[in-house]
Amino acid sequence: MARTLITAPSSARRGEAITLRVLLQHPMESGFRVGADGRLLARDIVRRFSCSYNGERVVAVELFPAVAANPYLEFSALALDSGTLDFVWEGDHGFQHREQRTISVT
Amino acid sequence: MKRRPVLLTAAGVALLPPARATPEAMASAIRSFTGGAPLREGKVQLDVAPLVDNGNTVPVTLSVPGAPPAEVAALALFNERNPLSDVLRVDFGPRAAARSVSTRIRLATSQQLVAVARLADGSCWSQRVEVVVTLAACIE
Repeated sequence: MARTLITAPSSARRGEAITLRVLLQHPMESGFRVGADGRLLARDIVRRFSCSYNGERVVAVELFPAVAANPYLEFSALALDSGTLDFVWEGDHGFQHREQRTISVT
Repeated sequence: MKRRPVLLTAAGVALLPPARATPEAMASAIRSFTGGAPLREGKVQLDVAPLVDNGNTVPVTLSVPGAPPAEVAALALFNERNPLSDVLRVDFGPRAAARSVSTRIRLATSQQLVAVARLADGSCWSQRVEVVVTLAACIE
């Protein structure tokens, strides 16, 4: 179970742009580094991240090994109605992690 | 064993390309993102420190200031000298507000970064930034 740090407001005004910051604890092993035994360390990265707001997409991100360990992303969403924000990470070796946050829009 | 072939082999090994991307690899990665559309300078903005102390985690921000949000379909970031040219590709959905994304990346050495924005009308815009890296990201 990966640890995440998500900064999302719990309430917003209708039509407001809300800033979302997400951080996932993950080594993002690039597959280009050599380990202590002299052999290449197997690649283990998060390949995709997506955020949706009541089922509608906010962003879909494709990540490559050049993204630093513990991938951090900051983006913004349009608050139009109350509901849930879904955050999904997918990566190598079947890695998948999902988080949810609720937001009330007045 | 003759000396000349040995020396030539040694020279050949020294001339082998290192395990990193090249400007040509970056150009082909950019083409795969733009779909062959011509790349023009402007519109997209790449914010990154020109002098990077630690290549392991370099904060970058990609944005398209000025353009109406609905006009920007996707943003991407490419590099010249990491092992792979791709860094990040972002598709914006109907719920995205400002066309801006921040993240932290790795840089193997001093090099050029290219931010590319693909607009809804299919045109592609870029900005190139040279960065100097004092401590490289460990790729070995």
